[in-house]
Amino acid sequence: MMNVLDLIEGLGASITGSLKRLGLLARFFINLLRVIAPMLKRVDLHIKQIYFVGVRSLAITIVSGLFVGMVLAVQGYEVLQRFGSVESLGSLVALSLVRELGPVVAALLFAGRAGSAMTAEIGLMVATEQIAAMDMMAVNPMARVIAPRFVASIIALPILAMIFSTAGIIGSYMVGVELIGIDSGAFWSQMRVSVDFRVDVLNGLYKAIVFGIAVGLLSVFEGYYSAPTAEGVSSATTRTVVISSLTILVLDFVLTVLMFRGLN
Amino acid sequence: MSSQPLIELTDVRFGYGERPVLDGFHLSVPKGQIVAVMGGSGGGKTSLLSLISGRNTAWSGEVNIDGHNMSGLSPKKLYALRSRMGMLFQFGALFTDMSVYDNIAFPYREKTDLPEPIIRDLVLMKLQAVGLRGAAHFMPHELSGGMARRVALARAIALDPMLMMYDEPFTGLDPISVGVVAQLIRKLNQTFGLTSIIVTHDLTESLRIADRVVIISQGKVYRDLSPQEVRESQDSFIRQFADGLPDGPVPFHHVARPYAEQLLSEL
Repeated sequence: MMNVLDLIEGLGASITGSLKRLGLLARFFINLLRVIAPMLKRVDLHIKQIYFVGVRSLAITIVSGLFVGMVLAVQGYEVLQRFGSVESLGSLVALSLVRELGPVVAALLFAGRAGSAMTAEIGLMVATEQIAAMDMMAVNPMARVIAPRFVASIIALPILAMIFSTAGIIGSYMVGVELIGIDSGAFWSQMRVSVDFRVDVLNGLYKAIVFGIAVGLLSVFEGYYSAPTAEGVSSATTRTVVISSLTILVLDFVLTVLMFRGLN
Repeated sequence: MSSQPLIELTDVRFGYGERPVLDGFHLSVPKGQIVAVMGGSGGGKTSLLSLISGRNTAWSGEVNIDGHNMSGLSPKKLYALRSRMGMLFQFGALFTDMSVYDNIAFPYREKTDLPEPIIRDLVLMKLQAVGLRGAAHFMPHELSGGMARRVALARAIALDPMLMMYDEPFTGLDPISVGVVAQLIRKLNQTFGLTSIIVTHDLTESLRIADRVVIISQGKVYRDLSPQEVRESQDSFIRQFADGLPDGPVPFHHVARPYAEQLLSEL
């Protein structure tokens, strides 16, 4: 009997705990929005952060993009061949990449590579009292440390997503055209006919911007509120990757429904 | 010099969660003094610094700093007041992604519009004051504990504060570095006309440099004495501190069941 009560109590505690955390996140987000605008003129800070989260994520993004494109070409060719329409490979690959895989996979990689690094860095700054020291110098850490990293995520992720899609298309070209032998002209022309700039490319870009906001916010939030211990920073880093990844996938579903439902 | 104290805490109550750490706490520090605050671990010394710096607000009572009541201060006014305070953190809290030079230049670059050549001169002057002009290009991880503490001190005094707070400035340092930091605290206080609060466990050093020693116990000021009075005191609590006795009024054992009873009891 006692165990059941404990169970209910535990369930209640975890629900109120989650809700409190959500409230804290909302308040953190509002405070962050307040300090972003005046900080934008500090271009140097933003460039440094874009370098850290964006440029440093290029290698993993390009290599992953190439391989995803190559796999898409093999799988796509296998299926299209059954219907005798292998020349549609170009449009199949481009649509999957630009609409879905580019933003989603680039965001997942970004959460693992850059998001976790931001959380760990901020978490360690909290643990070693660097954030407190800044606050004591009357420099708002929210503006000086958090805002540039958040803005850098929003700028870097859409660019990384486009680079991912481009690498994927090149990968599928290498396999589909160079290796399997699909006609190069058909590959490109099919792609050009079926991919619409506004519907496909821009919507993919919007997705990436939303993912950039989500991953950036979760990464800096988890770091800022991590417990100032080795274990605290490590669990905050893990939470960033897990929660960001789930958020990306849920948001992708919602955005896809909003953007592409009833198009045809 | 005005007779009004720079720091005045009146009947302050403050704590974490439900438990008050400070309760009925009074303290008054006139301008120009060095006050060493001592007490057992978890006794509210660091909480005292957080109240003075406005990082926490007292549950009740008044915290007045230079005539400003800290509890009613807007964030903007609080930051304005903090620009005139310096704090040395326990392990320095240097920005690990910046060189020693950039660490000290940080407050100038963030809080003033001074051109870079003037900032350079100011940084070199502060580094000269702590004897580390030759280490300007080092990164924090290349510094020893004592050097890091001195760089942090140079950064804390960058904007010429009226009030300096030191959180355990001697912890983890070798005896020579302890002496160097202690002398710096004394020298800076005199040269720049500061007021200093040192939270510390190190009684020997405190007695050498402080004008007053305040001992906190059970959330209140237990004794407020001059260094000479501490040396001569026969109070068992003060003697335990002064002589580093493991057991005394501050017990060696944490509260527990009787030893024999626990050994003989079932698992």
